[in-house]
Amino acid sequence: MLNDITLGQYFPGDSPVHRMDPRMKLILTIAYIVGVFFIGNLPGYLLALAFLYIVVRISGISFKYLLKGVRPLRFIILFTFILNLFFVQGETPLIDIGFIHITREALRNAIFFALRLIFLVMGTSVLTLTTSPMQLTDGLERLLRPLQKIHFPAHELAMMMTIALRFIPTLLEETDKIQKAQMARGADFESGNLITRAKAMIPLLVPLFVSAFRRANELAMAMEARCYRGGDHRTRLRELKYTRLDVYGALATVVYIALIVVEGRLLG
Amino acid sequence: MPIVIEHLNYVYMSGGPYETHALDDVSLTIEDGEFVGLIGHTGSGKSTLVQHLNGLLLPTSGTITVDGLNIADKATDRRAIRRKVGLVFQYPENQLFEETVEKDIAFGPKNLGLDDAEIARRVKGAMRKVALDYDALHERSVFELSGGQMRRVAIAGVLAMEPRTLVLDEPCAGLDPRGREEILGLIRDLHRDTGATIVMVSHSMDDVASLAERVIVMNHGRVAMDGAPREVFSRGAELRAIGLDVPQAVLLADKLRERGFDVPQGVYRVEEIKAVIEGIVGKGARAC
Ligand SMILES: Nc1ncnc2c1ncn2[C@@H]1O[C@H](COP(=O)(O)OP(=O)(O)O)[C@@H](O)[C@H]1O
Ligand SMILES: [Mg+2]
Repeated sequence: MLNDITLGQYFPGDSPVHRMDPRMKLILTIAYIVGVFFIGNLPGYLLALAFLYIVVRISGISFKYLLKGVRPLRFIILFTFILNLFFVQGETPLIDIGFIHITREALRNAIFFALRLIFLVMGTSVLTLTTSPMQLTDGLERLLRPLQKIHFPAHELAMMMTIALRFIPTLLEETDKIQKAQMARGADFESGNLITRAKAMIPLLVPLFVSAFRRANELAMAMEARCYRGGDHRTRLRELKYTRLDVYGALATVVYIALIVVEGRLLG
Repeated sequence: MPIVIEHLNYVYMSGGPYETHALDDVSLTIEDGEFVGLIGHTGSGKSTLVQHLNGLLLPTSGTITVDGLNIADKATDRRAIRRKVGLVFQYPENQLFEETVEKDIAFGPKNLGLDDAEIARRVKGAMRKVALDYDALHERSVFELSGGQMRRVAIAGVLAMEPRTLVLDEPCAGLDPRGREEILGLIRDLHRDTGATIVMVSHSMDDVASLAERVIVMNHGRVAMDGAPREVFSRGAELRAIGLDVPQAVLLADKLRERGFDVPQGVYRVEEIKAVIEGIVGKGARAC
């Protein structure tokens, strides 16, 4: 059940997409997502899909695996779809029975919004699947570094992200173990109304918090024992470097964005 | 009724980059009243196997029947199976959560829907079985106890469900030698006094040698050996080939044989080797 979450999971590999600089990948992913939000017709989404598909093929990840990452979010997507469908105002009615009014504009909006969410998830998944958490936070720290001039805690933020990412699998594993241990004692996490279910979480949450605090404490000690004092004057083992691959990636993305803009002008 | 495992396979994270084939065509029958030692090095699939015995994991393929009930069957009440097969996880003290020792041990019986008098009886009984003093400890917070005590509270929490089969996943992991002896002692007593079926997972040959009547050796998700301890421990070279040791007593017996002493084959318990050595040095030595 917890194994279904692919968002935030790294898929090790040695493809050109893997080898790109994390900073460039971050920037391009943001560009891609912003682009998706400006697309206003179906051919545009086909273009977005084609671009994503090519990138995924180059990265060597199976497209199915990427789609699996959307599954845990299907309810949120369905929810926004329905919300848009019923509450967006429009002029051309499609269905008009009793209190149900659905307009053509609402349907269009609902579909596009759902598509945007799906592309958002898939786009970020490509980033996280091809970039190790270490590289990702490194890239983020470097991108945010200029903001340190205005006292933005870029290093601290990156360190917190690194630690959080590092402990997500550990905590998931721990949750799984404790849940099973309580189920072995007859606990039932699946049935009952909201209140009994919330109560059933106590035997899971208490041990989880106890262990999370213990781990945090141990980690803090280990970091102090190795003289960690924050970001100033820290050198790094691997310096980030832009390569030719990053130029290609950037060019491809620019071409793609241009295509979308042109397509939007022509058809939208 | 026995637990029958047939052609069991289990795959973790099927299809992903970290897909692991943890169990590979495992077939076993665990008879009533047996004391089974399950050994294998880390990652050999022991924990995965035992989590199938009470339906916490369901087979990727193959079947497991407990008391004639197929655990993967939709119609099977898995909670009923968990009442027959108690599972003590590795580091079970991590699952403690209640305010007091008594409440924590009562968690299992409460989930079974028993009445208060029966719950109280079971809590007291379980604490006696793990040698915890009810009067002194039942109102204490579980988080104030020592490591060894916490472990025993956790074991009591499973015993209070009064399962007929008790499965323990590395019950001695992380304990000091004395804590280890205590836990092993209470498992032995439990088996002797209640006749419960016991499956004890361990990677310590000596723990298994001192208790088990049958030893199952796992390697890379497969059953590598299955038989009486005497038989399994006589296959020292094979055990070493899959990264396991033989019990100390067997090592000592081998060394003595090398030196030309006459040590009978199949010696594997500390008491046995002790008797042999006493035989060698003669009766006079016992006085020392
Ligand atoms: N929750 C899990 N998710 C993914 N893989 C797992 C999980 N638990 C165990 N494994 C893998 O399955 C294999 C068998 O593990 P396990 O049954 O825990 O072995 P053992 O208890 O003998 O050390 C190992 O390769 C381990 O990495
Ligand atoms: Mg294990």
